[in-house]
Amino acid sequence: MNAIITSAILGVIMMFSGIFMKKNSSIASLAILSILVLLAMSVLDMSGYHFFPVDTHNMLEFEAFGHLINCIVIACTLAYFLLNARDIASIGNNPGEYFALIFFVLCGISIATSFNSLLMLFIGIEIISIPLYILTGSDKRNLKSNEASLKYFLMGAFSTGIMLLGIAFLYGASAKGSFFLDDMAPVKSAVASPMMMTGLILLMISMSFKVSAAPFHFWTPDVYDGAPTVITSFMATVVKAGTFIAFIRLFANAFSDIKLQWQIYIAIIAAITLFIGNITAVFQQSVKRMLAYSSIAQVGFMLLSIITINTLAKEGIILYVTVYSIATIGLFAILVRMKDFSLDGFNGLARRYPVVAFTSTIFLLSLAGIPLTGGFLAKYYMISSVMQTGSYLWLVIFALLCATVSVYYYFRVIQAMYFKEGVAQQLEIGPGFQLMLLILALITILLGIFPQLLIDRLYIIYI
Amino acid sequence: MVPVLLIGIPLLAGLIGFSLKDVAAKSWALFASLLTLGVSLYGICLPKDSRQLVFNEPWMGSLNSHFAISLDGTGQILCLLTAIAFPLIFISTWKEEYKKAHNFFGLMLLSQAGLLGVFLAADALLFYFFWELALIPVYFLASQWGGEKRIAATFKFFIYTFLGSLMMLIGIIYIYFHTRDHSFALSSFYQAHLLISAETQTWLFWFIFVAFAVKMPIFPFHTWQPDTYEQSPTAVTMVLSGLMVKMGVFGLLRWLAPVLPMGTYMWGDTVSMMCIIGMIYASLIAMRQDDLKRMVAYSSIAHIGLMCLAVFATTEIGIQGVMIQMFNHGINIIGLWIVVYIIEKQFKTRKISELGGLASRAPVLTAMLVIITLANIALPLTNAFIGEFLMFSGIYSSKATVYNVVFTVTAAMTIILSAVYMLNMVQRVFYGPTNALTEKGVDIRMNEKFVLGIIVVLIVVVGVYPEPLFRLTQDSVNALLSKMYVKP
Repeated sequence: MNAIITSAILGVIMMFSGIFMKKNSSIASLAILSILVLLAMSVLDMSGYHFFPVDTHNMLEFEAFGHLINCIVIACTLAYFLLNARDIASIGNNPGEYFALIFFVLCGISIATSFNSLLMLFIGIEIISIPLYILTGSDKRNLKSNEASLKYFLMGAFSTGIMLLGIAFLYGASAKGSFFLDDMAPVKSAVASPMMMTGLILLMISMSFKVSAAPFHFWTPDVYDGAPTVITSFMATVVKAGTFIAFIRLFANAFSDIKLQWQIYIAIIAAITLFIGNITAVFQQSVKRMLAYSSIAQVGFMLLSIITINTLAKEGIILYVTVYSIATIGLFAILVRMKDFSLDGFNGLARRYPVVAFTSTIFLLSLAGIPLTGGFLAKYYMISSVMQTGSYLWLVIFALLCATVSVYYYFRVIQAMYFKEGVAQQLEIGPGFQLMLLILALITILLGIFPQLLIDRLYIIYI
Repeated sequence: MVPVLLIGIPLLAGLIGFSLKDVAAKSWALFASLLTLGVSLYGICLPKDSRQLVFNEPWMGSLNSHFAISLDGTGQILCLLTAIAFPLIFISTWKEEYKKAHNFFGLMLLSQAGLLGVFLAADALLFYFFWELALIPVYFLASQWGGEKRIAATFKFFIYTFLGSLMMLIGIIYIYFHTRDHSFALSSFYQAHLLISAETQTWLFWFIFVAFAVKMPIFPFHTWQPDTYEQSPTAVTMVLSGLMVKMGVFGLLRWLAPVLPMGTYMWGDTVSMMCIIGMIYASLIAMRQDDLKRMVAYSSIAHIGLMCLAVFATTEIGIQGVMIQMFNHGINIIGLWIVVYIIEKQFKTRKISELGGLASRAPVLTAMLVIITLANIALPLTNAFIGEFLMFSGIYSSKATVYNVVFTVTAAMTIILSAVYMLNMVQRVFYGPTNALTEKGVDIRMNEKFVLGIIVVLIVVVGVYPEPLFRLTQDSVNALLSKMYVKP
């Protein structure tokens, strides 16, 4: 509860900061301070200090999994602010509002990670989505940004409609006529009625849209490409992580009894997502677009956890969203400072900016899933959770073939930085920025060797 | 403690190496590699059941993976090879000027740590980690300091091995879920085959074998190899061909044949056929190569094929031969690469057709080369003779296959072929009249003399008195055979 309320209050504070503060840098500092407060509140929440005793009538359920994800998401936002706060503030004329909207998104994520009723899921997802429509179009004078915003809004509204329809079906199908997850499962037999399956599949479609899983991914490349790069970074990492957790929570809590009936659909979605994401990424010449497709491909891997929803999957998805977010935030932070997003723009970067090149290499290796980086263990958990079930071996093999393809496009960036000759473009980077990148790279490696640093948080019980 | 030091010294030294100045990094790398050699020799001198040879700490709790490393016979011989090879590589390429040398030597040491880790790991997940850790630095080394087409060539190499590794990962996870205590420990893996049906083993075998086959490389997984060897800087080529290919053979011996005995038995003939085809094919192509590096690369495919063949023959004598030969082949091929390197440095060409008459200009080099060449074609009194003789006896007396005679005869053909291309090379490069290019040739320098001298001494000593190596590996061979399946 701490995170939900604090983030909403901080969002309002940030909104007013624009009136009282004139300098971008002071607004950015305030934002960093606010996110620190939010992180502290969230960590306290996880450790058992609840400051806002609100009776939610069981609409929200707070547990270790949700708390941990909140902390991770907020910590990732902190890293994102530390790297990019100045760039966020300088997107347009209303710096305070951009930060405010980001805090509202965090509020939505906090709801979406702890919902216990489909209504709360809907509200959480909407609180995430609506500020994002605005943020996507925040570069008002840029036509591409406007186009992206409109496209995102139309598609998003459409998928929201589908989600509502799905919820309505499930409401009708539930035995007691309620929105609570606990009442969703079929009472007597482990067989879902056709009405329930319809609602379930509609929800699956709309959630796939929100996490940009194929074949509902068509908005992603255009929106990611059109939105200001700093905002893309936020959308592709923190938002995606939060939404995905809502996705897995929905299926793990309410429908795990009938998972044999819907598993196959998720498996198909995962396979298509892996295929389209990876194959299309190969052909991109712009690194920004490549990362958009890579984010689709990574979702394909994450979807493996929804197929199985066992312990390994839950532990793994936490690791996955963390290392994926860290790596992508780092890469986008570098991209934000670049003028030329094409692959050739990276030529010779290693000679001019060794720290930037080194850290982005670590991030790319992590995304590609090379051992000693967190990305490997994240993928390992996903694969092994599927293999534990004993079925879907074809999907595992397919996923690994796709992972090999992904090495191709991730390594092209590394090759450009290190092995190709060229004059690197000028980047405006200070020592603080480089230090932050190094810290993120260090975390990536640390999680690649000691994943239990993160995963054990799930099992610590605070009194 | 010894295995920890073996991995720890190169790892730490490599990380420190990145921060050193270029000249200091070179000496630092040599120092660290000599230190590793010292530790490795100390490890060999210890008694077999010494507690200093094992190290086991919990690592990833929830996955039940341990940081378990141990130094046993097979591991010892390969660790010794790795520990000997790196100082030799550093000394022989001492005069080479690398751009950003500190990165070069840092990465070299990291790859040594990875290699040693592979040979020491007694936990499947840890093994996989080191398997990749050895690959990544080599990828960067080859793409940064290699020849003209280095980026494409090494990328092909990387993709090949990465795909192979991922397949192996599936295999490892599959076996992990079928161990009784859900553990990655080597001992649990050795028990797992009791719970995995023979049918499952038949397909599971390929998942793991592909990774090793790419690394060795076995026909038809070899296409990355000549390009990569040709394009890598010679120091890296030595690591690749002298040491990294042994990872594949070692993997067979430790992680495949005893883990999936039925699978290994059932596919024995198929794999042996692949080896035979590869050996003949590679030997024939080696005969037609004009580039020295490519010729040595193809000859390496032929020699590795024989080792793989001997592993699948499943006889005590054959596997004993494989263990010895892994060591010998590493020494010999590094010697050959050093000679190629010296020639390339001096004349800026590797084309056999452009060279000639070097013997009159560089008598010491010629003498050394002739000995190494004779070792490479397994002449008696050289080290490779011991290994290959044992392997041939093993293949001939094999009960695992009915084609043992056919295999022996065809494999023996490649010895003749190897004599043809090796001696032909010596003839055309070192004898005959000198030409305008080789007219100005000079003999080798002190450091090169020293390194080649050591290699020649090793060749002769092991060739005449291989007893210590036998003693080192005897227990492992017996332990291995007791876990493999042979039709009664």
